[in-house]
Amino acid sequence: MNVIDAWLRNNTFHHGQFWDVLKLIEIKKAKGLTISLCIPTLNEEKTIGKEIVVFKSELMDRYPLIDEIAVIDSGSDDRTLEVAASYGADVYYSGDILPEHGFKRGKGENLWKAIHQLRGDIIVYVDADIKNIHPRFVTGLVGPLLWQDEIRYVKAFYDRPLAFSQGIRPSGGGRVTEILVRPLFSLFFPELTAIVQPLSGEYAVRREVLEAIHFPIGYGVETSHILDVYRKWGLEAFGQTDLDQRVHRNQSTLSLGKMAFGILQTFLRRIESFGMVDRLPEMSHIFRQFQALENRYEQVTFDIVEEERPPMITIPEYREKKGLGPL
Amino acid sequence: MLEHQDLTHILDDVGRYQNRLRELRELVLANVVMLGEIPAPTFGESRRLDFLRNRYTESGLESISVDEAGNCTAVLPGKNPTRNILVVAHADTLYDATVDHTMSVSEERLSGAGVADNSLGLAVMASLPIVMEKLGLELESNLILLGTTRSLGRGDLGGLRFFLDNAKMPVDFGICMEGVHLGRLSYTCLGMLRAEITCTVRQDRHPGCTNGNGAISAINRIVSRLLAIRLPQQPRTSIILGSLNAGKGFKTPPLTATLRLEVRSEQLGMVGEILHDIEMILSEINADTEVHAVLQILARRKPGGIPFSHPLVQCTIAIMDKLDISPLIAPSVGELSALIARGIPGVTLGITDAGDDDELASSVMVKPINTGIAQLVGLIEAIDGGHCDERN
Repeated sequence: MNVIDAWLRNNTFHHGQFWDVLKLIEIKKAKGLTISLCIPTLNEEKTIGKEIVVFKSELMDRYPLIDEIAVIDSGSDDRTLEVAASYGADVYYSGDILPEHGFKRGKGENLWKAIHQLRGDIIVYVDADIKNIHPRFVTGLVGPLLWQDEIRYVKAFYDRPLAFSQGIRPSGGGRVTEILVRPLFSLFFPELTAIVQPLSGEYAVRREVLEAIHFPIGYGVETSHILDVYRKWGLEAFGQTDLDQRVHRNQSTLSLGKMAFGILQTFLRRIESFGMVDRLPEMSHIFRQFQALENRYEQVTFDIVEEERPPMITIPEYREKKGLGPL
Repeated sequence: MLEHQDLTHILDDVGRYQNRLRELRELVLANVVMLGEIPAPTFGESRRLDFLRNRYTESGLESISVDEAGNCTAVLPGKNPTRNILVVAHADTLYDATVDHTMSVSEERLSGAGVADNSLGLAVMASLPIVMEKLGLELESNLILLGTTRSLGRGDLGGLRFFLDNAKMPVDFGICMEGVHLGRLSYTCLGMLRAEITCTVRQDRHPGCTNGNGAISAINRIVSRLLAIRLPQQPRTSIILGSLNAGKGFKTPPLTATLRLEVRSEQLGMVGEILHDIEMILSEINADTEVHAVLQILARRKPGGIPFSHPLVQCTIAIMDKLDISPLIAPSVGELSALIARGIPGVTLGITDAGDDDELASSVMVKPINTGIAQLVGLIEAIDGGHCDERN
């Protein structure tokens, strides 16, 4: 079994494996851990109330799995902070945290400042725009960290189409993942293609990891995390959990173009900082995508060799036909 | 009128409950959200009731069961039970499973398909065990919590009627929970007939009939005749035309048309008289035109109820008064009818105010919910303490 298959088998989970919240609380207490939930926001008044209500009720009041819920905001001009506070979240304006280090507007800034502001040994980051919010968005991510000490960083991925007629279904990430990130990983970091949705906005991470990695402010934060954690701790530091469906607002192709541009900047900066610019690995011809059968995920590989032809003007037959002399 | 000193300690407590219930607000709202996002059209409530059953299990209730009608029942056992108090909320909504059931929570409102009718009522019932525990209340009586199936429309209260016909624990008092309106107080029920009239163009007499207006013209004649039926102002009687369905486009007269209606009256026998009138109208239409009209009766209720002077009603009003709730007294055609039909004293209560005036019951106010729950808990305590028993 190769590294990717072994990792998929051992480090890929389904949220249903962590349904027993009381068991998770028991492990958390036994290990003396604290858990913080961080929701980065910018103008999310329509969805933030429900997220806070569901998480606070189910994972603080009813089952004390998480120790604090914090909203860290980039400067909303709607009532995001008021709504969140009214339902019991701790709310912070990102600019008020570490003010001596200035304020940059972006999701990565909020995630970074959360490390300073929050007290958890584990921080769970959940985006604020999820329409079908449910406790599994936290239990599914925290579970692997509580179960397995060697796992340090757990990413969410989403699957389960409401209807699918055949046994095997294509699986994977969004448009930017499939068009940009997975091809880049396939070329330069093939093991990282095992992560089904590297750009998902929901992840749970141990503090010792968070305090040791860089945080791009904008679109590149998830990509840089994956690359930095991989470089420092290897593939085995990651876990990933299938959280079933995530319903959220769709972004336009133009918005995704901006995202892809930011991610590409981050990726190339990493290639540079890893000293790979002059020492690029041998280009892989294997492109890796995913398919799923029930709860089992496997990679589908394609040998894609981009062969090239020389300019026609260098072809002797062409030159003769056109009355051109030999080269 | 009820002597309020009988209830003094309960009335004192309900005011305090409002404040203490603020701590449980997110718990109740989360139940509304999670229950409300599970579609539950009539005859398709099982997933929503699975969630309810899990909530009962988490609360450590006893006798948790799903019966043959799909109802989900649990019992919070009393210390020395001489009474069984039933709290019932219907689980079904008017919304098809294909409708977006996403809910949203703002500072003031809770919004989503069917939140008022009846996700909120069901969620409050699901929250009752933890509410009672947090308020430190232990009842003498058994508290039966029942989420019912098949309540609305063609369901015709099928779930509750099955439960009452087959329950091993006799029900002494019933409280029916509805999401709205806070202050709602029903202790009587109307006579009611729910029916569907289907008009079909007789193609055997008019083969290929495409001129004219087909079934729409005929159903229009029926509507006109129904509206011309003379109804008494007292006792209150009404014919409600609920929906009219015919055709699909612009240029083709439909071959069938369907009218759904309810006849309601406070007077015993009045609904039967109006039914006779409707049957006469349809007979005339059938004899006179090229369409065939059929009446299908989907549900019937007899009028009845407990008197205003009943201690259950008086206790409810006293508790509402203590909580500054203005009673909105109106007869019911819902769950209460099934209780009344079996001689079980009961009332229907609402939990909060509607968020807007739309007909889709899609928004409710957050702030009054605590008051609505305090009212419910106070009434349960009053029944438990024997304050609602009829004096012989």
